[in-house]
Amino acid sequence: MTEEIIIAGFGGQGVLSMGKILAYSGIMENKEVSWMPSYGPEMRGGTANVAVIISDERISSPILQNFDTAIILNQQSMDKFESGVKPGGLLLYDPNGIIRHPSRKDINIYTVEGAAEAAKQKSSKTFNMIILGAYLKIKPVVKMDNVLKGLKKSLPERHHHLIPMNEKAIKIGMDKVKEVNKL
Amino acid sequence: MAENILTPEEIIKRGELVFKKTKLMTDNELSYCPGCGHGVAHRITMEVIEELGLEEKTIGVAPVGCSVLAYEFMNVDMQEAAHGRAPAVATGIKRVYPDKTVFTYQGDGDLAAIGTAETLHACNRGENITIIFINNGIYGMTGGQMAPTTLPGMKSSTSPYGRDINMMGHPLKITELIAMLPGTVYVTRQAVHKPGLVRKAKKAIKKAFELQQENKGTTFVEIVSNCNSGWKMTPVDANNWLDKHMLDYYPLGDLKG
Amino acid sequence: MEDVKLMKGNEAVAEAAIRAGVDAYFGYPITPQSEVIEYLMAEEPHKRTGMVVLQAESELAAINMVYGAAACGKKVMTSSSSPGISLKQEGISYIAGSELPCLIVDVVRGGPGLGTIQPSQADYFQMVKGGGHGDYRLIVLAPSTVQEMADFVELGFELAFKYRNPALILSDGVIGQMMEKVVLPPQKERLGDEEIDKRYGSWATTGKKNGRERNIITSLELKPERQEAHNLHLQAKYKEISEKEVRLEKINCENPDYLFVAYGSSARICQKAIQLAEEKGIKAGLLRPITLWPFPSKEINKLAEQVKGILVVEMSAGQMVEDVKLAVNGKVKVEHFGRFGGMVHSPDEVLEALETKIIGG
Ligand SMILES: Cc1ncc(C[n+]2csc(CCOP(=O)(O)OP(=O)(O)O)c2C)c(N)n1
Ligand code: SF4
Ligand SMILES: [Mg+2]
Repeated sequence: MTEEIIIAGFGGQGVLSMGKILAYSGIMENKEVSWMPSYGPEMRGGTANVAVIISDERISSPILQNFDTAIILNQQSMDKFESGVKPGGLLLYDPNGIIRHPSRKDINIYTVEGAAEAAKQKSSKTFNMIILGAYLKIKPVVKMDNVLKGLKKSLPERHHHLIPMNEKAIKIGMDKVKEVNKL
Repeated sequence: MAENILTPEEIIKRGELVFKKTKLMTDNELSYCPGCGHGVAHRITMEVIEELGLEEKTIGVAPVGCSVLAYEFMNVDMQEAAHGRAPAVATGIKRVYPDKTVFTYQGDGDLAAIGTAETLHACNRGENITIIFINNGIYGMTGGQMAPTTLPGMKSSTSPYGRDINMMGHPLKITELIAMLPGTVYVTRQAVHKPGLVRKAKKAIKKAFELQQENKGTTFVEIVSNCNSGWKMTPVDANNWLDKHMLDYYPLGDLKG
Repeated sequence: MEDVKLMKGNEAVAEAAIRAGVDAYFGYPITPQSEVIEYLMAEEPHKRTGMVVLQAESELAAINMVYGAAACGKKVMTSSSSPGISLKQEGISYIAGSELPCLIVDVVRGGPGLGTIQPSQADYFQMVKGGGHGDYRLIVLAPSTVQEMADFVELGFELAFKYRNPALILSDGVIGQMMEKVVLPPQKERLGDEEIDKRYGSWATTGKKNGRERNIITSLELKPERQEAHNLHLQAKYKEISEKEVRLEKINCENPDYLFVAYGSSARICQKAIQLAEEKGIKAGLLRPITLWPFPSKEINKLAEQVKGILVVEMSAGQMVEDVKLAVNGKVKVEHFGRFGGMVHSPDEVLEALETKIIGG
C-alpha cells in the first residue's frame, strides 16, 4: 500500500498540521511516512501545501507530481493541483470560496463543508480535523484509534485537553462528506 | 451595490483627489503584510525624493530582509546588496558618483547584526549617504527570529521564552552609537504607526536628503516600526504594543543635528 | 517501541546534536535551516546537558566562535545555508589549516547570490572542492533521509575528531524541511573538562597546566618550507581518509544496464525513476555516494565496466558529474541531468533524460 496525498490551502488553515497528524497516524501503524511542506515567505498569508506519503515500503521521492488524493481548500490550490490527481484517484474539497469547481470525470470527487461546520462549532481550529474526518471516511488509510494516538503525539502536552474536541470534529467530517462524482 | 457609490475613475473625474501615490512608487503590489510599516516608510522616502527633484540622480540600495524587494517598489535606480553590506555598497556608489544622491534602506538584522561593521564604518568615514533604518525588533523575513534590537523579555522564534539578557545580551541602541561618531551630521529616531508621526518622519527624511546635497556627512534616520507577523499580533495590537513598549526603549526624536 | 519521532531534517540535526553531547552550537538564522537554531532555543539544552547555544550576529562571527571553541577541544558545530556558508568559508579554511575538529551543516538553497530559498545541490563545488583558500579538504557527508541527518551528526564528529579535520553535512532544502520517521540515538554524556584535557590536551588550548608545553592554535607559517611541510602532513592525512572513509550505498546494482549516480534528495528521486524504468523494462541501478569527499571513485570505476552508460543526477548545472567523469576515465558515456536554481527534477524527467541522453543518445 502506498498513498500519496497533497493537502493545499491558505496558510493558517491548518494544512501543515493536518498532514503531520496523518503522518503520525501512519507511524502508529508502523508504516513509512514522509511530510514535505512548501516553505518560505509564501506561507505568510499566501498558499501553503504539504505532500504526505504513507507506505508499507521505503519511500523514494518525497516530492510529488501526481497524487492518489488531493485535499483542496482554496481556489488557487484547485487551479494548481486538480490536474495532478492520478486517474481513478480522489479529489476532496471544501466548496467554500470555490468558484471554479473540478471538472474531471476520471477521478472520484467529494466535498465537505469544513468552513461552515467549523463555524457551527464556533471554533475555526476544528476546520482541518473536519476535513481530515471526511478524508478518512472515504479512504480509511489509518485506523481511528491510531489517528487519536497520532494527534496525541503531534500536539504538545499542554494542548492535550483539545483532543476530545478534535475527535468530535473528525466525526463531524465523517458524517458530512458528500459524493460528487464516483467512478 | 448602492447607486451612489462612486468608482475610482468617477472620483478622479470629479477632481476631488485627496491623495495621489508618488510616481516614484511603482504599481507593483507590495509584498508586505497588511499593517506593516515598511510600506509607509517606502512611500515617504520616495515622496521626499520626488519633492526634492532628485529622481534622476538617486541610486538606492536594498538590503536583505523583508524589504529585499524594495527595488520592485521604489521607482529609481536601485541595487540589491548582500545581507548587511548595503553601507559598503553605497560607499562604492557614492565614491565614484559623488554628485548622486545615495541611500540605503535596511532592517535591524541587516544593519545592526550582520552589517554592524559596515554601518559603523560608513558612518565613521562620514560617507555622504542617507541611511534609512527600519527597526522592528525582529527578523521579519526569515520568520521572526530574535534581532539585536529585540526587547528584553520579548518572544521570538529563537528566544521562545523571551529574550534573556544574561544569555543573549542587551537590545542594541545602534542609533545612539551612530550619533557619537563625528562622521554623522544628522541622526534621528522616528516612527510611522500614526498619521502625525508619519508627517514628522517624512520631514526628518527630507532634512536628511537635503543635508546630503550639502555634502556634510552621513545622515541616519531610524524608523521604529512593527512586525505583526513576527510578533504574532494583529496589526492593531502590534501598533499598540509598539507604542507602549518599543518607544520606551527607543525614544523618538533627534539625537544629533 | 524504539524512540521513533516524526521530525524535520533540521530538527533531527538539532536533537541529535544534544544527544551526541555536543558542547556548543553557534549559528545565524537563514532559510531553509533556521529550524536548527529554533529547535535548540526551544529545547533549552543548557538545562538538559549544559550545551551552549548562541545566536551570533553573523555567520562570520558564528564560524569564528566555532574556531575558538573547537580549539579548546570541545565538540562544537554550526549550521547555515548557501549564502551563509559562503561567508563562513574564510573561517572554514582557518579551521582546516589549524586542524580543528568541528561539524558544519549546509542545508543548500539555490544560487548564485541571494538566489532562492528553494532546494538545490549547487554547493557541491564550494564544499567538496574547497570554497575557502588553500589546499584543504572537508569530510563531506550527504544524507538522503531525515534519519541520516540525525545519524551523521555523531558520525561527523567521530570522523572530525579521529582526523582532527572539519566535517560537513551537505544537505538541501528538501531533506532539511521534510519530516520523516527518525529513531534517535540515546543521550551521550558531554565530556568533562578533565577528560577533554586528557584526550586532547596534546594540542587543544585547555590552559597550560602541570608544566606541559603551551599549545598554540594557528594556521600561520612564515617560512614557506615549514608551510610546505604542514601541507604535506595535511595531504598525507587526506590520503589516509580517502583510503579508509569512503561510504556509499548501491541500489539495484546487481546487474544493471544503466547507472544513476546521485546523492541526497536527488538519489531519492532516482530511486523512483528506477521503479518507473523497471515498468518500461529498463534495468537501471543507483550508486549513492554518502561521502562526497572522500569520493567513491573506485566503486564508480568498477561499475562503469558493467553498464552501458551513466547518468549523473544533481540539482545543479553539473558539478559532481566532473568527479564521476574522472572516476570513469572514459570507460563509458557519462552525462549530467538536473534542474537547478531551486527547481527539483521529477522522476519522470529523470527517466526521460536517461532515455534521451544515455539510452538513445
Ligand atoms: C548571509 C546571509 N545570512 C542570512 C540570511 C537570511 N536572512 C535573510 S533576511 C534576514 C534577517 C532580516 O531581518 P531584518 O534586517 O531585521 O529585516 P526585516 O525582515 O525585519 O525587515 C536573514 C537573517 C541571508 N539572506 N544571508
Ligand atoms: S513579516 Fe513583519 S516586517 Fe515583514 S512584511 Fe510582514 S509585518 Fe512587515
Ligand atoms: Mg527587522
